[in-house]
Amino acid sequence: MLRTHRLTPFLFLAPMLALLTFVFGYSLVKIFDFSMRRIRGATGPFIGFENYRQVFKDDVFHLALKHNALLLLAVPILVILSILIAVLLHEQVRGWRFYRTLYFAPYIFAIPVIGIVFSNMLSLNGAVNQLLRGIGLDRLALDWLGSSNLALWTLMFVIIWRELGFGIVLYLARLLSLNEELEDAGKIDGANWGQRLWYITLPQLKDVTEFYVVINIITMLAWVFPFVYVITRGGPGNATQVMELYIYNFAFRNSLPGMASAVAVVLFLITLIFIIPLFTLRQRTEGGEAS
Amino acid sequence: MTTETPVSVVLETPAPKEGRRIDWFDIVKQLFLIFFALLILFPGYFLLITPFKTQTNYSADKLGLPSPFYFENFTTALRGGRFFLWFGNSLIMVVGAVLLSTVVAALAAFAFSRMRFRAQTPLLAIITALMVIPPVVMIIPLFIFFSRMDMSGSYASAILVYAGLITPFAVYMLTNFFRTIPHEIVESALIDGATSLGILMKILVPLSAPALVTLVVVNSLWVWSDLLIALVLLPTDEKRTLMVGITVFGSRYNSDVPVAMAGMIMASLPMLLLYIFGQKYFTRGLVAGALKG
Repeated sequence: MLRTHRLTPFLFLAPMLALLTFVFGYSLVKIFDFSMRRIRGATGPFIGFENYRQVFKDDVFHLALKHNALLLLAVPILVILSILIAVLLHEQVRGWRFYRTLYFAPYIFAIPVIGIVFSNMLSLNGAVNQLLRGIGLDRLALDWLGSSNLALWTLMFVIIWRELGFGIVLYLARLLSLNEELEDAGKIDGANWGQRLWYITLPQLKDVTEFYVVINIITMLAWVFPFVYVITRGGPGNATQVMELYIYNFAFRNSLPGMASAVAVVLFLITLIFIIPLFTLRQRTEGGEAS
Repeated sequence: MTTETPVSVVLETPAPKEGRRIDWFDIVKQLFLIFFALLILFPGYFLLITPFKTQTNYSADKLGLPSPFYFENFTTALRGGRFFLWFGNSLIMVVGAVLLSTVVAALAAFAFSRMRFRAQTPLLAIITALMVIPPVVMIIPLFIFFSRMDMSGSYASAILVYAGLITPFAVYMLTNFFRTIPHEIVESALIDGATSLGILMKILVPLSAPALVTLVVVNSLWVWSDLLIALVLLPTDEKRTLMVGITVFGSRYNSDVPVAMAGMIMASLPMLLLYIFGQKYFTRGLVAGALKG
């Protein structure tokens, strides 16, 4: 540690503190304030919890909440697939380098690009349905994005398609740092592939998994805006409405920033719940890595 | 495989007759991996071939190779979308925000890693926690603030917001990295009479080059691919970023898919090239972004 004047550290911290106080501090205080006002322009009269009451009465908000909750189903899928694929790549099956590069590739494409490609491919007469009809699966050639029963699941598929590569790379990095003696001991003792995965590898991946689960929960609840905005705009009807889009629409389309702020506060409080587990897990993961 | 070409020798497990049976489980594993490979390749194939089709060719056949190969879609796309302008705007955002954030974060990380002050640990904890808060929570007050300041739609407003949003991660990562640099190096510089700023600039920053590269990659990617902030803070035609530009472009050409796809290819080229030439930094950076810092 450097021996410095009592105030010197704050000299170095000042620019960062100024920046973060503006972008986070000011905005977070303001969003609570806005959520209790009837905003016209920059501010408006105080109306207590009226905005919240309106929001919680709104069926569209209920739908948005429900859809964010349903998107959480992507989390176990992402975890299972990432682990399985990472384990296979770690075994260095034939072509693993090629697979690794390929599986990560979706991450290089911007979400709007992916969204536009998929929404064209998945249209009623798009490439996907042509393929399905071509191999005789006519009954599976559905209106993937146009049907309100399907659109959310299609959206979830696209999110998984794009996010999977990251999970694979994450698990692969962890597997590379594991102790191989355990695995070898398992082999010598005659444990089969499934047993080694279940009893030897998975327990060692527990930390990364907990961390990855929390990250993905936060993503599904609060970071899916670009997918929804580009692919469905919340439609058809409100079949893919989510909280982020609700905030965007109410603030910048419907000119009801008060109600939008109330939802923003709700979303903020939801993410807050996950901050503490996330950081205890992150620290544990780092500790595990060092040992 | 029926014929014994040199390729098949490399690909197949040799001589199953010699007592080594075919490992069916290996085949299952490969099929599993191939299935996902196809799932990823299919949209890529679609994106790659569609721009070379005419409209009629596309409506008749969405899967086959273009016949004949048609190149006009790219010129149409370039006339219909201002890709170079959008690209330039995105670049301004990335350079401005990443530069500002890295400088600010390096100064702060220096204090966190090499000095002692009150409330140090809780302050760092709060800053790292900020990473999780989605920007959509902050965007309404920020938008209203900039409108009131007569700054709405300006580059400066968006750069400031982007820089703020990526700074918590930068501080977190640089602090952790600075801490790994042995104190003896700093000590010997102190004996040579270096100032605090001198230690930061001449020792910590140069020794952190790998971490800085990773940091710049992660944060540039973040700013480059953001949609929401650009949508709200840079709505005018002249200031559109690439992400907003291609979103608008995609819906404008949703009835002329080959042109839309030509646009998507052009928009993806810069990242694709960076990935091909810097794959190491990309993957390493992204894992670091989530796991270690």
